[in-house]
Amino acid sequence: MNHTTTAVADAPAATETARRLTFNILRYNPQEKGSAPRMQTYHLDEAVGMTLFIALNELREKQDPSLQFDFVCRAGICGSCAMMVNGRPTLACRTLTRDVGPEITLAPLPVFELIGDLSVNTGKWMRGTSERLEAWLHGDAKPRDIDRLEERMEPALAEQLNELDRCVECGCCVASCGTARMRADFVGAVGIAKIARFRLDPRDKRTDDDYYELIGTDDGVFGCMSLLACHDVCPKDLPLQTQIAFLRRKMAGKGWA
Amino acid sequence: MKVVYTDVLVIGGGLTGMRMAIAAKRRGHDALILSLVPPKRSHSKAAQGGMQASLGNVIKGQGDSEDVHFEDTVRGSDWGADQEVVRMFVNTAPKAVRELAAWGVPWSRVKKGDRQVVINGQQVTITERDEAHGLVAQRDFGGTKKWRTCYVSDCTGHAMLQAVGDQAIAESIPVHERTEALALITDGERCHGAVVRDLVTGELSAYLAKATAITTGGAGRIYRVTTNAVICEGIGHAIALETGHAALGNMEAVQFHPTGIFPAGILVTEGCRGDGGLLKDVDGHRFMPDYEPEKKELASRDVVSRRMEEHIAKGKGVKSRWGDHLLLDITLLGEHHIRHNLREVFEICHYFLGVDPVKDPIPVRPAQHYTMGGVRTKPTGESPTLKGLFSAGEAACWDMHGFNRLGGNSVAETVVAGMLVGEAIADYCDDRANDATIPMAAVREQLGAVAGRLDAMLQRRGGEEPQALKVAMQSIMTDKVGIFREGAKLAQAVDELQQLLKRSRSVSVAPGAGPNPELVAAYRVQMMLKLAVTVAYGALQRTESRGAHFRQDFPRRNDAEWLKRTLAWWKSPDDTLPTLTYEALDVRKMELPPGWRGYGNKDYVDHPDTPARAEEVARLREQVGSADRFAVQAALMPYQHMLPERYRGRNERIDELFDAQPTKAA
Repeated sequence: MNHTTTAVADAPAATETARRLTFNILRYNPQEKGSAPRMQTYHLDEAVGMTLFIALNELREKQDPSLQFDFVCRAGICGSCAMMVNGRPTLACRTLTRDVGPEITLAPLPVFELIGDLSVNTGKWMRGTSERLEAWLHGDAKPRDIDRLEERMEPALAEQLNELDRCVECGCCVASCGTARMRADFVGAVGIAKIARFRLDPRDKRTDDDYYELIGTDDGVFGCMSLLACHDVCPKDLPLQTQIAFLRRKMAGKGWA
Repeated sequence: MKVVYTDVLVIGGGLTGMRMAIAAKRRGHDALILSLVPPKRSHSKAAQGGMQASLGNVIKGQGDSEDVHFEDTVRGSDWGADQEVVRMFVNTAPKAVRELAAWGVPWSRVKKGDRQVVINGQQVTITERDEAHGLVAQRDFGGTKKWRTCYVSDCTGHAMLQAVGDQAIAESIPVHERTEALALITDGERCHGAVVRDLVTGELSAYLAKATAITTGGAGRIYRVTTNAVICEGIGHAIALETGHAALGNMEAVQFHPTGIFPAGILVTEGCRGDGGLLKDVDGHRFMPDYEPEKKELASRDVVSRRMEEHIAKGKGVKSRWGDHLLLDITLLGEHHIRHNLREVFEICHYFLGVDPVKDPIPVRPAQHYTMGGVRTKPTGESPTLKGLFSAGEAACWDMHGFNRLGGNSVAETVVAGMLVGEAIADYCDDRANDATIPMAAVREQLGAVAGRLDAMLQRRGGEEPQALKVAMQSIMTDKVGIFREGAKLAQAVDELQQLLKRSRSVSVAPGAGPNPELVAAYRVQMMLKLAVTVAYGALQRTESRGAHFRQDFPRRNDAEWLKRTLAWWKSPDDTLPTLTYEALDVRKMELPPGWRGYGNKDYVDHPDTPARAEEVARLREQVGSADRFAVQAALMPYQHMLPERYRGRNERIDELFDAQPTKAA
């Protein structure tokens, strides 16, 4: 195998002229008196392997130091940088300009409180939802003796749990959700998936009656209109469609019982 | 003046900070967490491969114990670690894994029977024991004698952060997200809290507490190429340093991880090599066995990183437009393994490189990864010189990693230190002798000083640009204070960084309402430059090689002169260099006297006390006999009394069942 060609796949040759990118970015600083939302246009020469993380930082460093956005891990694992990219919610850090340019429109996620420009307060929303849904493991009342062997779990179940535990709370599912636009208190796919995760976990001692109390409402699993954009946009490919359908059936059963 | 009061102010909302807050809260003290970002987005999340704890459930971990974990960690540290602290850590790590299991972490589990693994490039069948079925599994990692790294696929940090974050919510612990501590409030003897900036409104306020803890993680962003998240700028280190009353320990000890993807520097886990992945060069040749016949790809990170750079310097790297790199080949692990156990690696390669690691090797080169140095504390986590100030995790130097940290020991440290220091903070708050009288005049004055500093930047016109200073600093650090260090280059770096530091004092920023990102960059770069010069100056002074600190002009570890910890102090705000003092490590008290690590350089200069202590250790071992490993350990270096009472118990294993022996140590 010729290893020398594998460094960055599909990288254009060095001599190729870089594309000129156009960014249309929604600007608004609620902290500034008289500031009103507007679109602002920037231009930037594309570079090989350029992500929106690289592009936005370059814009801020070279053209507009006031531009607000959020990045933390810049590796697609922390969920900080979700934004609307050409109308679709996604993680900006792992979006290559190659795939969305040359004209790129960026806007903050809807539904969440706006901090400024592309920065929204997903943290506040997620904490509020977690509190409301009691989204933590409700184990035995008596704490385990941690000097002793851990409780056993089937390896396949651990893997299934991890599959649902992979949510990074980025907010893409909420931003893409029809119900969330109409019902301010809708828990979103993220909330429903959390309940599904704890429900699957034998270490959580809650019953379906308990879960029904939390999500058996129109702000919970019955609010979902099955548009399922959440499933399409989830950057972590969580099985949201199946989980929502499954939980709705279980909760409907509880409601009729 | 807006003032917020609490019992325990925790600065930094990662795994350490949250676990510490939970400990304090459960002991009846109010804890409040300040976090730059929503806590579940902290850099703790980036720990992929796993957490070391000597559970010994898998067959390749059989025979593992606190003793083996202890020795691996001390050797890994190149004898720079505080051995008592290492003992405290290794005894608590299994408990931490088990606590997290009870909190919901979906640890990967052992499946009984045969399974195929890759060891040393070969497919091997190993058989897991029936009695281990369903217990937490371990994988292999660098610098360890046993398979000890407990994991959740390759998103271990994520899963841990979810569980600990959920518990913090369950405990109703307030997290003030998007806030940044810009200065510690002190009266010269005691820390009373911090001056805090709201990163949404830009407002300053004072947070006052009985105890203040810095758990802000590492300072990787002082380097150009780093695996660290963009928030890892070392501001927690800096505010401690700037008090003039707290010291930073061993800041020159900086770890470079062998496998940052090239050129972005994003981490792919050591689990790739632990699970059997190989490092190859431009010819497709597996080169590590040529340099390290014993441990090969799984020597400690400092050694592997150096060997890689050495190999590149020989012209064996793969050329690319951004420079040379090497290749990490995990194709031999197979698609199922990669998509299940190395899923994040798969995603990172796919999105950032356009490489499918199932079919093609991954371009890698060492990148800055971990800050071994930090706020110097006692084993309790408290600063020995500034009362009421605590620190733990990567931000601290208590000091369990010495000059090189083992993979899987940092994410383990986060929760273990949170548990242990959390108890110490609760003890501190319980003690009436520590009741505080808050000097409000000093609070007002120190908040005013921070406000004045920021206003000056906003009012100055045509001053230095913060971003340009930062880029210059990062280049100096990566080019001159990197993996291979040398006196003349270090002296140059110290000189240039001092110049930058002076220039940063006349930085100017355009006014703007709210957080003002340029202002954030400006005040941070001033602080980061102090850390950068502290790292470079410490490295220049340390004329030996130890762990990750490698001097080409002094390639030997020199215990006779350098078995000591560097302490850096910032005595006056006008200084451009830290004042360095040194704290000797006492060989006569070491359970494991200095020797060869088992990999890397065999050549070192002994400390004069080493032969006598080695003899004494051998004699004590003989006296006690080998029947009871706990008795042997206690004879060599008693440490149990240093642990909080609730964490003194022994750890049960399938090979050390409690029914067969007494359950508690004492």
